[in-house]
Amino acid sequence: MKNIIDQIKVVEGSLNSAVPEGPIQDIWDNHRFNMKLVNPANKRKFNVIMVGSGLAGGAAAATMGELGYNVQCFFYQDSARRAHSVAAQGGINAAKNYQNDGDSIFRLFYDTVKGGDYRSREANVYRLAQVSNNIIDQCAAQGVPFAREYGGALDNRSFGGAQVSRTFYARGQTGQQLLLGAYQALSRQAAAGTVKLFPRTEILDIIVIDEQARGVVTRNMVTGEIKSYLADAVVLATGGYGNLYYLSTNAMGCNVTASWRAYKRGAFFANPCYVQIHPTCIPPAGEHQSKLTLMSESLRNDGRIWVPRNAGDNRKANDIPESDRYYYLEEKYPSFGNLVPRDVASRNAKTVVDEGHGVGELKNGVYLDFSESIGRLGAHIIKERYGNLFDMYTSITGEDPYKVPMRIYPAIHYSMGGTWVDYNLQSTIPGLFSIGEANFSDHGANRLGASALMQGLADGYFVIPYTMGNYLAQASLKKVDTNHPAVKEAEAAVNEKTKKLMSINGKRSVSSFHRELGRVIWDNVGMARTDAGLRKALKRIPEIRAEFWENVRVPGSAADLNQSLEMAGRVADFLEFGEVMALDALYRAESCGGHFREESQTEEGEALRDDENFAYVSAWEYAGEGKTPILNKEPLTFEYVKLTQRSYK
Amino acid sequence: MKLTLRVWRQKNSNTQGKLEDHQLDDVSPDSSFLEMIDDLNEKLTNEGNEPIAFDHDCREGICGMCSLVVNGVAHGQDRELIKAVTICQLHMRNFKGGETIVLEPWRAEGFPLLKDLIVDRGAFDRIIQAGGFISVGTGSAPDANALPIPKKNADISMDAAACIGCGACVAACPNASAMLFTSAKMGSLNHLPQGQTERYQRVVNMVTQMDNEGFGACTNMAECEAACPKEISLDFIAQMNRDLITATLKGIGPTV
Repeated sequence: MKNIIDQIKVVEGSLNSAVPEGPIQDIWDNHRFNMKLVNPANKRKFNVIMVGSGLAGGAAAATMGELGYNVQCFFYQDSARRAHSVAAQGGINAAKNYQNDGDSIFRLFYDTVKGGDYRSREANVYRLAQVSNNIIDQCAAQGVPFAREYGGALDNRSFGGAQVSRTFYARGQTGQQLLLGAYQALSRQAAAGTVKLFPRTEILDIIVIDEQARGVVTRNMVTGEIKSYLADAVVLATGGYGNLYYLSTNAMGCNVTASWRAYKRGAFFANPCYVQIHPTCIPPAGEHQSKLTLMSESLRNDGRIWVPRNAGDNRKANDIPESDRYYYLEEKYPSFGNLVPRDVASRNAKTVVDEGHGVGELKNGVYLDFSESIGRLGAHIIKERYGNLFDMYTSITGEDPYKVPMRIYPAIHYSMGGTWVDYNLQSTIPGLFSIGEANFSDHGANRLGASALMQGLADGYFVIPYTMGNYLAQASLKKVDTNHPAVKEAEAAVNEKTKKLMSINGKRSVSSFHRELGRVIWDNVGMARTDAGLRKALKRIPEIRAEFWENVRVPGSAADLNQSLEMAGRVADFLEFGEVMALDALYRAESCGGHFREESQTEEGEALRDDENFAYVSAWEYAGEGKTPILNKEPLTFEYVKLTQRSYK
Repeated sequence: MKLTLRVWRQKNSNTQGKLEDHQLDDVSPDSSFLEMIDDLNEKLTNEGNEPIAFDHDCREGICGMCSLVVNGVAHGQDRELIKAVTICQLHMRNFKGGETIVLEPWRAEGFPLLKDLIVDRGAFDRIIQAGGFISVGTGSAPDANALPIPKKNADISMDAAACIGCGACVAACPNASAMLFTSAKMGSLNHLPQGQTERYQRVVNMVTQMDNEGFGACTNMAECEAACPKEISLDFIAQMNRDLITATLKGIGPTV
């Protein structure tokens, strides 16, 4: 076990990020001019497969349909409108500078690279900041009901510690409204016949022919039919892999399967160890817990976070006198206090809970107390600001946060890692693209608040439609049909795996394995990671996987609507993916952003980067069943942003 | 607490369904309604039976996937004045030990059953495809602040746009009418200046599609409004009817 790191074959110089030369502000404009175009009359001759219908996939499918391509869009939900982008609450950033407070494209770019703890590619992030403004225009034109001032102009707020107000929002449902905008555009193309929608359809493999991505193997989740679809290019817009942890704020169906299948077909997977943990979620209430609910980060503006100063203090919150309360963020970070960034707030909550200061019946939370602000501002002001969140909290916990402090604890929320892509959002398989949360490209090791929606829509509306055209215009694509041996091989593999899952007939349910895996990942590859813990996870995950394949029970039939079978396939992939994630976390012996290695911290306990040894993207390459994956390094260079140590004291 | 669950089981739309009783002995009051079903499914799986198929995804009341009629009420929400929740947000502390809870799918001609508690709501997508959008291609938008919109209009538009498309309105309606959904969808667009160009064609097309899908007409029972987890107002139906009359007087016919 000691030498697991030595077993990793490291390759440098294998990855071409394809970032064009030139001053950063001109790269995208020049590239758009240099890219090849597909003649309007020829666009309808190209078929594109879109996997996912969220902000990235929905926007991309709609836009490419408008351009005239034939798009087939697959998703596991019953309607494209339900993709998990729908759950984003806070808002979407853009460098409009409508508030005249000093924002600019360069500032948004700079903040995003810095926020990502200097582990993202400068040129990609700059493009993101550039197109952010087009997104707001587009969404407003679609009829997204953004919040407005009385004069009719768009309202903005400051979000996630940003020093400028650049966040656009639609009540607490920004993700839903932006998704509906994309969904409506998609519906318009579905009516026009340029996009064909495939609801309740799951992707179980990617078809690669002559080293080009040419299609997908799907399972119809109603009839169980396994069927292949072929195209000229495939786009993964499948979101993040947070459900690996079992408990997360992701929807129950979110999964890594399509990205993982692509990995096994040759698409490198980048930075799997970068996940974001959101500090303000409602703690689990017991073994039955199936998912965690996020409470908006804005609550930290008026709530004070504390735990009992003495470990094991069992008194009720309101019985604990001021002198016995430990306002740990305010004490440790006098200037930022309760508003420290997400990762810092999360780690500190873990520390106090681990030291025995946890609150609630299961001792698994910290208090977020509004009594001081209610006393200062009055309950009506707090109700006006957070009424809906307080109601939601009450409905879930049965407690009244106007009277007793809320209990919160961090939870997995977003994954920055994903399929490795170049500047054109193309993976290491030609013709296979990855957009939105599914790729790794823009957020480095940590994502800023209100930037996920921005990236999904940037990729979908304004990047992939151009770069895909450039690929299609130049690729030499042979005519293929579903009798091709590669198609038959992929279908056979899917059928065999399904048959195997159905035939084990063991003693444990799929979800019991998912819970067990999630626990191991959360304990060892969660908020704070250690060399020893990661090695433990690397030993434990294969054991759980082995038991899964011998002892799982999948009831029902494969030729039917079978939710146990759907979950079994996803968990089987998580059981493989989790291992690569732990390996990535072990290899990256520095702390950066959401990846905190206890061995690498400043004297004050902050994440300590090691730019000399780790300023690169880790792109993992599949080396075959049972073999240690190969690590390809893409070096990161910073010409425009100066690397600094973050400090929030 | 102990509970008896009386659950609708049906293999597919071609077979007969029936209610089936199951016991749960140890339900935590802190678990959500869907977590309680998870428990039951775990038990069924361990006993070698097929678990109950039901739709769910985000489990935080926003995706609109979950769709259960609980004790005759869509989203089961009239318990101790709990309103405006989806079934995924209802917690078991609102039920009493020893209770029998009846679980059924949305029942409407426009929502054919797929299995157990899962129905096909594709009709809603087709209503949107008939005109529930503003025809603006990517890239052709003017600056977002070039078109000021009174805050009040933006707020009304948002009230309507809050619809999650779950279908509780249809399930609650004695006529299985989809008018609250359809009117909310067009209402969000019709209250904005961007939505005016296509306003009357939109209402005609969406209403035509709604009728073609087999949904019933509105007889002002207001059950939809009571069941709506996002509290969408009946006013949007009135607005839709007004617009439909105007469109008819203008001689606008359906193009779908």
